[in-house]
Amino acid sequence: MSTELNGHQNGQMEKGTFAVKAGLAQMLKGGVIMDVVTPEQARIAEEAGACAVMALERVPADIRRDGGVSRMSDPDMIKGIIEAVTIPVMAKARIGHFVEAQILEALGVDYIDESEVLTPADEEHHINKHKFGVPFVCGCRNLGEALRRISEGAAMIRTKGEAGTGNVVEAVRHARAVYGDIRRLQTMDEDELFAFAKEIRAPYALVKETASLGRLPVVNFAAGGVATPADAALMMQLGVDGVFVGSGIFKSGDPAKRAYAIVQAVTHYNDPKILAEISTNLGEAMVGINIETLSDSEKLASRGW
Amino acid sequence: MAKLTIGVLALQGAFAEHINMLGKVGVAARTVRKPSELDGLDGLIIPGGESTTMALVAERWGLVQPLKAWVQAGKPTWGTCAGMILLSDRATGQKQGGQALIGGLDVTVSRNYFGRQIDSFEAELSVPKLGDPPVHAIFIRAPAIIDTGADVTVLARLTENAQRSVAVAVQAGPILATAFHPELTDDLRWHELFVNMVTIGMVTEYAEGSG
Repeated sequence: MSTELNGHQNGQMEKGTFAVKAGLAQMLKGGVIMDVVTPEQARIAEEAGACAVMALERVPADIRRDGGVSRMSDPDMIKGIIEAVTIPVMAKARIGHFVEAQILEALGVDYIDESEVLTPADEEHHINKHKFGVPFVCGCRNLGEALRRISEGAAMIRTKGEAGTGNVVEAVRHARAVYGDIRRLQTMDEDELFAFAKEIRAPYALVKETASLGRLPVVNFAAGGVATPADAALMMQLGVDGVFVGSGIFKSGDPAKRAYAIVQAVTHYNDPKILAEISTNLGEAMVGINIETLSDSEKLASRGW
Repeated sequence: MAKLTIGVLALQGAFAEHINMLGKVGVAARTVRKPSELDGLDGLIIPGGESTTMALVAERWGLVQPLKAWVQAGKPTWGTCAGMILLSDRATGQKQGGQALIGGLDVTVSRNYFGRQIDSFEAELSVPKLGDPPVHAIFIRAPAIIDTGADVTVLARLTENAQRSVAVAVQAGPILATAFHPELTDDLRWHELFVNMVTIGMVTEYAEGSG
């Protein structure tokens, strides 16, 4: 018989706190979150070592091609994916569409992405994420946008990048903007912090917290245009905590192999010899789109504010 | 006594938080991503994260056997959450096809015992071994220990109601396992406990060496 020291808990189990919301994002660090549209793809992603999957009806490259209004996925599809894997399952709600978010919470998804990849439902208000027990991740292009989302209750941030292009340039721009501003913050005195908070339209308390931590108060992933192991390692070396890969995997020639390689690249992002080995013979990468060929209305990153 | 160095398995998950905590208790810490990086370590922490991801990356770089050998050699090892799953001899609720486990801790864990993220929670745990005040514990899609072997000491138990009570922290010789995340709090007592286990391990080793 085992020994018992009579340890037990006192009081209540408190759910839906910010610590458990932000804590799940901390557990995802150093990992790859993959877009999947079927339970079969979810299984491939899990087998390849994804730390979570994003369940959606169409990957961004197809949303871009098909046009029209893009919405939350069919609950039946999301349930199928939840049943297929043991890793966390995320799903997307439209910006400002708090009822889609309520439905996703009721389905038991582990994280909601309030995403510019879907067509925005509200052009002035993002979802009040404090009202939910399920955590949210939101996109940003710069520090001000990241801190506004955190003040609304986001427990995880990602760069917006330019989803569905296979072109990492916008994700790099957004990551550099965020980390460059954090480095600037750390040289400012209090008077300058007040002025800077006003300039970037972010709450002063969060600006001050970011300055003293030397990083965002929550986990920050790269998203939007990551297509190769080298892209993933580039984003990690720029300072992100992990990566989302959308169209880059299941729009490539050999999804399982590419997914596996990107997972290895996020662990060994600082080891060029290993990166060389895992980048070898991956088959066709997704066909990319040059950002300058997109009209302003085709740029998903400009959705949200 | 020689200066301690504790490694933190850094394949995926919340390894930076453990390194930060070890810094606060004044112990040198470094990341472990390859088998050679286990050399010269006095203790090892396997952090929280996704156990399936960690197992796959460990397999790819030949870490599973060295980690098994590490544990079998009786070296001090602490697993939090996913790390606890990897150290357990038996696990339920695995992904289809199962996954490679390190093993060495004679318990059965139930993966995601408390449910999905919406059921993740914080609670105060009384832990006699650590004394007062109670431990503030953060459980995230957490596993629980549903069965323990003869040589396993339960350090903390979570009682959900009159019917359900499970072990959430255990020790068996040089192995410590917690279903929750001390590294997400400011409470250094678990890290101090592990450092003590490592120190005792070293003293024993030297005593045997000199005898």
